[in-house]
Amino acid sequence: MINDFHYLKPASLKEALAMYAEHDDCKVICGGQSLLIVMRQGMVAPEYLLDIKHVKELSYIKFDEKDGLRIGATTTHREIEKSDIIAKKYPVLVAMEEKLASIQTRNWGTIGGNLAHADPAGDPGPVLIALNAEIKFGNSGGEKVVPLDEFFVDYFETQMEHGDLVLEVHVPTPEPKFGCAYQKFNLLDSDMGIVAAAASVTLNADGTCKDARIVLGNAGPIPLRVTKAEDLLKGKKLDDALFAQAGTIASEECAPVADIHASEEHRRHVLGVLTKRMLKKAFEQAQKSA
Amino acid sequence: MEKQLLRFKVNGDEYEVYINPKTLLAEVIRDHLGFTGTKRGCETVSCGACTVNVNGFSVKSCSVLAIQCQDMDVTTVEGLEKNGKLSPIQRAFLDNGSYQCGFCTPGMLMSSTAFLEELKGEVPTEEKIRESIEGNVCRCTGYNSIVRAIDAVAQGKYKEE
Repeated sequence: MINDFHYLKPASLKEALAMYAEHDDCKVICGGQSLLIVMRQGMVAPEYLLDIKHVKELSYIKFDEKDGLRIGATTTHREIEKSDIIAKKYPVLVAMEEKLASIQTRNWGTIGGNLAHADPAGDPGPVLIALNAEIKFGNSGGEKVVPLDEFFVDYFETQMEHGDLVLEVHVPTPEPKFGCAYQKFNLLDSDMGIVAAAASVTLNADGTCKDARIVLGNAGPIPLRVTKAEDLLKGKKLDDALFAQAGTIASEECAPVADIHASEEHRRHVLGVLTKRMLKKAFEQAQKSA
Repeated sequence: MEKQLLRFKVNGDEYEVYINPKTLLAEVIRDHLGFTGTKRGCETVSCGACTVNVNGFSVKSCSVLAIQCQDMDVTTVEGLEKNGKLSPIQRAFLDNGSYQCGFCTPGMLMSSTAFLEELKGEVPTEEKIRESIEGNVCRCTGYNSIVRAIDAVAQGKYKEE
């Protein structure tokens, strides 16, 4: 049973930020595909609910060759999935969205809501971090832009404080010779990942590794970067042995918990395998890309 | 708790209802308006029995606040029939025996209706059809007959009557 709340419906972003600043015990709802579940369980019972679903200023997908991709916070998952420009420039984002929950959830749920909810099993976090994304959030006093891998603090916690709204996700234009891949491991396609791994690889003109990112999903309190394995790859000529070594490091460095879906040991093993496979896939894409 | 006025369209008719803002779309549809075709199953965005279409997009009405559908256009399974004639996908479900207990049927019909509209005449692969009902669970395991029904409509075997 959802507890009673006062419903706040701002007409604009400015009004939303002002209302949020004014009300102490207040939660923000956009699509509510995560929030309503925990509200029904009574785990979240705010006095005020601020509805930003209709704040159109935050619903957009913009792309510019120089600037990269900008997605407004209230853009739905389905809009990202169906965007031609994202399919062309960031195919990994479309592939990730196609496996995110179900069509119905993607039709109503939003990218900003997903990131603000900060579930470590969420799909967009690891992929966007592998793509080197930044997130913009702000309150009535001003805005802040931080790299997405610094945004998540703990289970369901981010850098945002009371009064802050997610405003935009910015993904830079990929460098030449760049590849990025993501896969989650689950029993049903539309489920949350038991574990997941995203990897990106950027190659130098001579074929050596310029940069690599490995980000694990549901492997700890936040989307987890395995910098030790990333450092191993940088500057080297990449091959299967290195990917396997990076996978071993990932399975050691992660911090998954056991639950009804899988033991900790099983999760570590699968995270190692996924890391190895995603690095190889990203590497092969990078080799093929212009 | 101060009630809010929700003004929206359901199956083509205008409705005005005063609701507690915490009321879910499925509750308004079933309990306030009496469209009980929409089913409430898991209540956790998993089973899809409560699927309705909002402005043409399928959503799970057990996890949408009704007040967020202000000025929107909602279609429930009752709205698929036109002038006493069943819609193409409804007739295809009948002909293919695409149901056993029937509890998932309204949700399946709404998901497949949204999918068929999105196709705009393009003939989908079987995989695409299966993906279109990924958010709907059938516990009588009748998926094959449902896929056959959607395929038949997509192939143009059923016309609007």
